[in-house]
Amino acid sequence: MTEINGPDGPSRPAWHAEAAEATEKLRQATGSPSDEPAGHAEAAEGPRRVVGTPPPAQARALLVRPEDEEKAPERELPADPDDPRKAKRAEKIVAACFLLAMVAGFGFIAAYIGLEVHSLDATLRSNLALGLSMAVAFLALGAGAVIWVRHLMPEVELTEQRKPLRSSPEDKAAFKETFKEGADASQFVKRPILRRTLIAATVPVAVAPIVLLRDMGPLPGTSLRHTAWKKGTRLVQAVTGVPVLADDFSTPGGILTVVPEGTLSDDEELAKSTVLLIKLRPEQIKEPTVKNWTVNGTVAYSKICTHLGCPAALYEQTTHHILCPCHQSTFAADRGAAVIFGPAARPLPQLPITTDSEGYLVAQSDFHEPVGPSFWERG
Amino acid sequence: MRWITARRRHPAAGYAVVLLMLVALGGGYAFLTGSGAAAAPVSGPSSESIARGADLFARNCASCHGLQAQGTSVAPSLIGVGAAAVDFQVSTGRMPAKQNDAENNRKPLAPDFDGKPQNIRDVANYIESLAGGPAIPDEAQVSAEAGDVGRGEELFIANCAACHNFVGAGGALTYGKSAPALNQATPTQIYEAMLTGPEAMPNFSDSTLTPQSKRDIIAYVTEKSSEGNPGGFSLGRIGPVTEGIVAFLGLLFAMVLAAMWIAAKQHGKTTR
Repeated sequence: MTEINGPDGPSRPAWHAEAAEATEKLRQATGSPSDEPAGHAEAAEGPRRVVGTPPPAQARALLVRPEDEEKAPERELPADPDDPRKAKRAEKIVAACFLLAMVAGFGFIAAYIGLEVHSLDATLRSNLALGLSMAVAFLALGAGAVIWVRHLMPEVELTEQRKPLRSSPEDKAAFKETFKEGADASQFVKRPILRRTLIAATVPVAVAPIVLLRDMGPLPGTSLRHTAWKKGTRLVQAVTGVPVLADDFSTPGGILTVVPEGTLSDDEELAKSTVLLIKLRPEQIKEPTVKNWTVNGTVAYSKICTHLGCPAALYEQTTHHILCPCHQSTFAADRGAAVIFGPAARPLPQLPITTDSEGYLVAQSDFHEPVGPSFWERG
Repeated sequence: MRWITARRRHPAAGYAVVLLMLVALGGGYAFLTGSGAAAAPVSGPSSESIARGADLFARNCASCHGLQAQGTSVAPSLIGVGAAAVDFQVSTGRMPAKQNDAENNRKPLAPDFDGKPQNIRDVANYIESLAGGPAIPDEAQVSAEAGDVGRGEELFIANCAACHNFVGAGGALTYGKSAPALNQATPTQIYEAMLTGPEAMPNFSDSTLTPQSKRDIIAYVTEKSSEGNPGGFSLGRIGPVTEGIVAFLGLLFAMVLAAMWIAAKQHGKTTR
């Protein structure tokens, strides 16, 4: 163990002097009194420093009391505002603001407790009262604070000295030496079996988070490619669940939102299988609509936009356009839902439909392509 | 302009400019959007003569739809559209049309029909006499009291909200067309619109969307139209976009003013 000179020795290190100077300036800037606790005085005289131990706390701390007493500097901030009469008035305004904020704050609590929220109108009124009282409370608080700062606090520019962040060469050398000696003393270098088993111990801990990614759920598998539609599934109206008779849906220009029978309360399935049923005159249906998949001018398209999956259901019976409200993708219902405008890349998939023995509309099969937006493995 | 340039360094000049811009924006918006006209009342059915209807048709409609209502190059045939379609179009002021446009919007009624529901009924009877079609629904069919608001909301969202917005505030369609707001529509007009599918709107026949379902939807729309706005502004009731814009622009201006106030030079105060 070697020893170097302590802070009071002849070769007092430069960093100590620098730190002491900086803290002295800081003390002056903040105007803190320079009383010195007994503990610090002791540390200043302190024991001689031993290599491998940290430097005296006094030298490292930001706000160290200086050793030598100096006379208190003159005030940098004025104790009182310039104009006492104006200050008095500002004080009253600020106090009024704070009182208003307090009243509004109590008002918020009162509105929360007192106002009913059991009907739509009552909820709207309650929201209004809560919002207004909270807004007034914060606004009055903020306004009071700003008036306080502007009219009561002094407007003085102060400069605070800052020393460079870079360590001194002596510090760096001392650190290097300390580190090396510490490493040697810990035997980390000398005992490879310890070093290697430690590294081996950390590997599984580092890998564990990657294994936990499994919790993000099972892979979707083929569920994106299939819907609940299959051969013979009846088309039932959304909400009511009433199956659709082909003869009932006979007025050209009509539309209907239909879902597979038995999925009415299965939101996840509805998000894929919902279908827009559109009645056209048979002669209006043109290529590339698959006519074998229509029933007497009734054509069924997936309601899920092929762009980003919004329900595309703004149907204009005059132009036969299906418009998606999200990004204005427009599909031609009489031409196989071909994209005629907007960002969608593919037509809406057409559901093959026919009628069963009782005259109800049923699916011939599932969609022949995945519905909804593109996904990575779609191909 | 000297008086205005002389004051440009006045302490209040900044606030004045911001406030002026606010007023200009708000006023411009109000001027551009304007407000619609009120709907006329629709009376119950009657047995007015078809001849009077034919006469009114010749005066008001035949120039576009043809003397026999057979349709022309500028207007469709009215054979078989039914009384409900006529009542909807005329009682909302859409017909007689001002001009051949992408869409006919609700407007004040023509002189022959303004405040004269019997005249509308006459024309409807005349068109019905040509080839039948959907009849004007009676009071019981369109009664909002007989409808279930909750079920109406579900049906509205499934069938109507795509175009008309979830509270019936309307919305844009393609090529200049738009779905109108429903807050001025009477129960009868709502029923007729669903039944006949005016203009670009698809129709919802009674066999698929049952009369009870239609009453539920009417109950929901009526409920939404009669709802108050305790905050004072509906913001078009078109959801988070307008609310976001109002919050963004309104708060932006408020914050600009606040920042100017906080950072403003204090007169008569010296810096040491």
